[in-house]
Amino acid sequence: MIEVKHVNKSFGKTQVLKDISATFEKGKVNLIIGQSGHGKTVLAKCIVGLHEVESGEILFNGRDFCKMNRVERTSIRQEIGMLFQGSALFDSMTVEENVMFPLLMFKKMTKKEMHTRVNFCLERVNLTGRNSLFPSECSGGMQKRIGIARAIAMNPKYLFCDEPNSGLDPKTAILIDTLIREITYEYQITTVAITHDMNSVMEIGDNILFIHNGNNWWTGNKNNIISTENPEVTSFVYASEFMKEIKDSIIEKNKNK
Amino acid sequence: MKLMEGFGKYFLMLTIVFRAPEKMSIFRKRLFEELEQIGINSIPLVALMSSFIGGVIALQTASNMSNPLLPTYTVGYITQSSTILEFSPTIISLILAGKVGSNIASEIGTMRVTEQIDALEIMGVNSLNFLVLPKVTAAVLFFPILVIFSMGLSLVGGWIALVLSDLSSTETYIYGIRYYFEMSNVWYALTKCVVFGFIIVTISSFYGYYVKGGSLEVGRSSTQAVVSSSVAILVANFLLTQMILLS
Repeated sequence: MIEVKHVNKSFGKTQVLKDISATFEKGKVNLIIGQSGHGKTVLAKCIVGLHEVESGEILFNGRDFCKMNRVERTSIRQEIGMLFQGSALFDSMTVEENVMFPLLMFKKMTKKEMHTRVNFCLERVNLTGRNSLFPSECSGGMQKRIGIARAIAMNPKYLFCDEPNSGLDPKTAILIDTLIREITYEYQITTVAITHDMNSVMEIGDNILFIHNGNNWWTGNKNNIISTENPEVTSFVYASEFMKEIKDSIIEKNKNK
Repeated sequence: MKLMEGFGKYFLMLTIVFRAPEKMSIFRKRLFEELEQIGINSIPLVALMSSFIGGVIALQTASNMSNPLLPTYTVGYITQSSTILEFSPTIISLILAGKVGSNIASEIGTMRVTEQIDALEIMGVNSLNFLVLPKVTAAVLFFPILVIFSMGLSLVGGWIALVLSDLSSTETYIYGIRYYFEMSNVWYALTKCVVFGFIIVTISSFYGYYVKGGSLEVGRSSTQAVVSSSVAILVANFLLTQMILLS
């Protein structure tokens, strides 16, 4: 479990996060949603320590990340896997080398054990036999799956996904969502995903945190986001006519029941 | 103020770079990759530049030797001393600042804007140490080899140019090269190129590592890296000459 308590973060004179508190539960897909530029990615980067917070606490199973020294942070980071928006695969390495990289750096394993682990991770994301390809030879969806394979290589306790299905076609996006959900449930990982995609919200959003203007504006799940009356949330969720029609049809259905 | 801030950030970066590598086997592998990238891949450029400029130095010297009081071996002597003292360590380093420096800044800069450096940090890897230390080590180890190679080739270039133009005989040219040859000049040149290698790699890495934005900024940082490395090489050259040759 990850707990964020009263976190504040500014860049220059602009305060991006304002006294944010949230809890991200273990074994669940915790989504952070909100408009662009309202602080979602900054919050995620603060949690993983890519940005230093000004005040507040970030607790990984009760251990305060903000108060840790470099060595303690390094050990916590080995429990974190992250899937980046642009996948962030190492261009100069093959698929296998990318997935093997954290194992080479931090695990005392034989070459054979590493190969077995890499093949297992690649099989888990349906990329068996693609070991020798370079990231530039892979499609966007494949790159995301390689990113997931690399993120789970170290058996992480925490998985962070920054817009995991941005730039993907709907079918591949669903595939990635399903994969994230399966991995979360299977390995009981605390997953935190940032998304704009309402399909993802409705598919995998066990817990949802809506950030507006750097504030924790609304929390809930995929079931009660449809019925919420919070004006900022509804204007975000039902921004498109299509979603408005879906909402009306759901309300109509509920009335008929 | 911004300049001082930049200096502070640069020296802080160095304190993070120069730590023991997290895994020696990976450092060794990366070092060999960088020796190839920074050193071996620079050999053709260094060879081309050195042989032609050596030839030009010899020809220009010979064309200015109209005074009959000057001994004929002076051409060899001047070619040797200008090559060892200045051309091979300084000019070759300035050329490498363009080739190696821009390559390093754009490579690390691209890794920064595509979040590859963030990925390293999240894994718990000291990204500065992982990326920059093998490059610095490779440059400091290989620049002297490149410079010795350059010295040899420019002297050969000078000999070919003189013999083909019939401006000097082989014996006279070799006598000139050996005349008043001081080994301390070679040590001075090698000291300079080690410092220049360090400057090129660390400054270029600095510009690449702290780039913000997208591809446009990566391009800009690459240009800035070359300009700043070149200026730093010129300043260091002046200071080292004062300290070593005139002390």
